[in-house]
Amino acid sequence: MSVLVFTENWDGKFKKLSFELVSYANEIAKKLNTSTTALSIGKVEDDELKKLGTYGAVKIISVENDKLKGLVNQAYTSIISQVVAKENATVVVFANNYMGKAVAPRLSVKLKAGLASGVSALPSSLEPFTIKKKVYSSKAFANIVVKTPVKILTLFQNAFGITESPANATIEKFSPELKDSDLKTEILEVSKHTGKLLLTDAEIVVSGGRGMRGPENWGPIEELASLLGAATACSRPVSDEGWRTHEEHTGQTGKIIAPNLYIACGISGAIQHLAGVSSSKCIVAINKDPDAPIFEAADYGIIGDALKVLPELIIAVKELKASA
Amino acid sequence: MKILVCISNVPDTTTKIKFTNNNTAFDKADVQWIINPWDELALTRAMDIKDASGGAIESVVVINVGLTEDEPTIRKALAIGADKGIRINAAPKDSYFVAAQLAEVIKKENFEIILCGIESSDFNNSSVGGMLSEFLDVPSVSSVSFLNIENGKVNVKREIDGGFENISTQLPFVGIVQKGIAKEPRIPSMRGIMSARTKPLQVFEPVQVDALVEYANYELPQSKSACKKIEPDNVKELVNLLHNEAKLI
Repeated sequence: MSVLVFTENWDGKFKKLSFELVSYANEIAKKLNTSTTALSIGKVEDDELKKLGTYGAVKIISVENDKLKGLVNQAYTSIISQVVAKENATVVVFANNYMGKAVAPRLSVKLKAGLASGVSALPSSLEPFTIKKKVYSSKAFANIVVKTPVKILTLFQNAFGITESPANATIEKFSPELKDSDLKTEILEVSKHTGKLLLTDAEIVVSGGRGMRGPENWGPIEELASLLGAATACSRPVSDEGWRTHEEHTGQTGKIIAPNLYIACGISGAIQHLAGVSSSKCIVAINKDPDAPIFEAADYGIIGDALKVLPELIIAVKELKASA
Repeated sequence: MKILVCISNVPDTTTKIKFTNNNTAFDKADVQWIINPWDELALTRAMDIKDASGGAIESVVVINVGLTEDEPTIRKALAIGADKGIRINAAPKDSYFVAAQLAEVIKKENFEIILCGIESSDFNNSSVGGMLSEFLDVPSVSSVSFLNIENGKVNVKREIDGGFENISTQLPFVGIVQKGIAKEPRIPSMRGIMSARTKPLQVFEPVQVDALVEYANYELPQSKSACKKIEPDNVKELVNLLHNEAKLI
């Protein structure tokens, strides 16, 4: 018996979320009185694989296969199902991101294992296995009972945090069987934004809305984000207008994020936008309309024109950094 | 070639969420129901592809798992332009149940392209499309933000964390679509609304499938404390609070 965690790497280096997933899986493993096994797919050096041990993984299974140039949903499902069987895993943990959403549902059917997706906490009960998740676009929570022997969970990023729990991890290279029928999609081209902090990984996000009045005014958003080590984001009208790419759109139909700090500049806070950002631990709103709904969701607010407030904010952050 | 779009009937986004029966059931009173926003984008793209296909796409069909109360939403999809609606006569239990029902009906018909929205705005599970593809044993491409057909070949662009992939896939396949696949949902025209009344809406009875998870009960989030307002000419105070009080910068 074990808890299996599916980790993700970015060009051979583990994403921050992988450490959070292992930390989370390890807490469940402790409750179940079992151990944590981490699965890595893709080329990752042993020194990097060993890092997963810092967060509690006692066994790291590494799969490298030249046939896999990118995420092939069927092939990944097949590999993970073979590892679940080999390790006798009773809980399988994914991130609730593109990768998790692509593979966890397929695995659920393949293993006939109940899936609780988008969970944000540890199970409240192990028998029956009960766990909480957000529903109705973050306007409510549901307590879900997973009724099958194997349970699959996808965890909201930044919901649990990273906890060190050093373990002397062993690394095992594994060569799963892959059939041609698992490889019916072919990745023709992979394009990655290099050197840019991933929006879903970021602990701080600086976001702009229509109140920024045009793409030419995005300089201060970029500058503040750079000073804070933050990612940039935008509201839906901004991406629809083409001021920013839709990859930056946070909201109900865009990305759903949960950073520690979300700074909303010139965003009124439509319910669709709040659905995507309301899980942020702290929200700062800058908007000239005192009745904007964003202030109901915000922890700190400035009623003022974002174009005037942002340069002042940049100066103040620079002063703080200089004095630190 | 036929395209199938799976649609879910969900409460309008602005709905105030309430529960009944000791917080074990969603309160449907005074709720406006709509096509799930991501499914509506999928339907819009399907219609655009059909319109541009010069007859190569013979029809766009929509399918829903739900009771008769879902029919106005199916009719709206027909008014947008879908050629036929299918309803599987069952109250959804969980994503596995829904996907299993869809798969049973889809196996009886030939659809080359099956589109699902990446998630539904009620249970936010992001599961049905992936589960359906596994039931059908066909490839799935998730987080699709571009889909086109040229010379009978499907070009798909999918977003990954921090980038994208261009993919070629064998047919049939399940495309799980998200933002970017279509800019704005189509609005039904008066002619569309009139013709929707006469378009076929086929009803299938469900097969016996046990749900794998159960929704035990629901909770509403605790109300938030009031926003702390800072004067616009005192931005330093905000930085001070974020540094010393919230300890976030």
